Amino acid sequence: MHVLPYLVAAWVFLAGCYGLATSRNLVHAVGCLSVCQAGTYVLLLGVGYRDGATAPVFSDIKPGSRPVVDPVVQALTLTDVVVGATVTALLLALVMQIAKRHGTVDPDELSELRG
Amino acid sequence: MSRRVRLWLVLAGGAGLAAVLVAACLKLPAFGGDRHPYGDRAVHASLARRTANTISSVNFDQRAFDTLGEMTILFGAVLGCVMLLRQTRDEQRAAPEPADVARPVRRYALLVLPVALVTGIYVIAHGQLSPGGGFQGGVVAATALHLLYLGADYTALERVRPVGAYEVGDALAASAYVVTGLAALIGSGAFLANTLPYGTFNTLSSGGTVPLLNAAIGMEVASAVVVLLARFLDQAVEIVKESGE
Repeated sequence: MHVLPYLVAAWVFLAGCYGLATSRNLVHAVGCLSVCQAGTYVLLLGVGYRDGATAPVFSDIKPGSRPVVDPVVQALTLTDVVVGATVTALLLALVMQIAKRHGTVDPDELSELRG
Repeated sequence: MSRRVRLWLVLAGGAGLAAVLVAACLKLPAFGGDRHPYGDRAVHASLARRTANTISSVNFDQRAFDTLGEMTILFGAVLGCVMLLRQTRDEQRAAPEPADVARPVRRYALLVLPVALVTGIYVIAHGQLSPGGGFQGGVVAATALHLLYLGADYTALERVRPVGAYEVGDALAASAYVVTGLAALIGSGAFLANTLPYGTFNTLSSGGTVPLLNAAIGMEVASAVVVLLARFLDQAVEIVKESGE
């Protein structure tokens, strides 16, 4: 049981990779990339967990009265989420341009170069 | 390469990657373990600087320089979206038509809008005390404005949301972060050092430069989300292809 959260993270990541590789629609591919990233959130939060601990926020608990989970990985997860959201926005904008210029969002049909 | 061959290649590569990942997972420290040296030190540093929310302390004090990079990524992505989604030569703008909105939707949206906006600002302002901060609150505040699109129509949203002003706000907030860092450089000799008085623990003004940087990020994220959504909504609602294309 001590490795289950890590295995879940790996599973989510691999499921996203499978979706990316077999995608027939670029919007779907962008969604799969988000799934891959969700795997990294699970991994980061899993690494930082401590048994019986609470959130590392001391506005309503006395410092030192309870163990807290690792705040460093939580901050990293926040960074991860923000970067993921911006990358998704940028990729969706690219997909819109591709749809306009090529008239398709199927990656298999996008084989030719066009200026 | 046919789809079938490609699928087999993906499955083979995926199986290899899965094996390596599982082997790595088995060697990781056990889940829920008590050994978190960096976390303990981060909590200690955060309490020493009287910041109640340790995550804000990590983001805006201990790792403030990394957050500058993160903010630059956000800024660059918004810039890229604005470039990609601009109006091209073969497109024109059509005035959006007023739409009928069901009365319960209108009433609910207009009722929730101020509440959501205040919640967003609250989450930004209390970033150094309670869970939340500039990133989260900025998104809440920016999406709150878009309730007007649900409750009224696109013209009403455009009236309260001059995109140009938000683009300027985005740039101003990004520079405010850098200027705060430069002020610390002049004051103490280190970029983004926490040089202000730390204040009283668990009050709004505690944490030194954390509330300032947090507010700058809140403004940046709110403006960025408004600009991003405006560009995507323009594509959906206003911009049409010229006929005969």
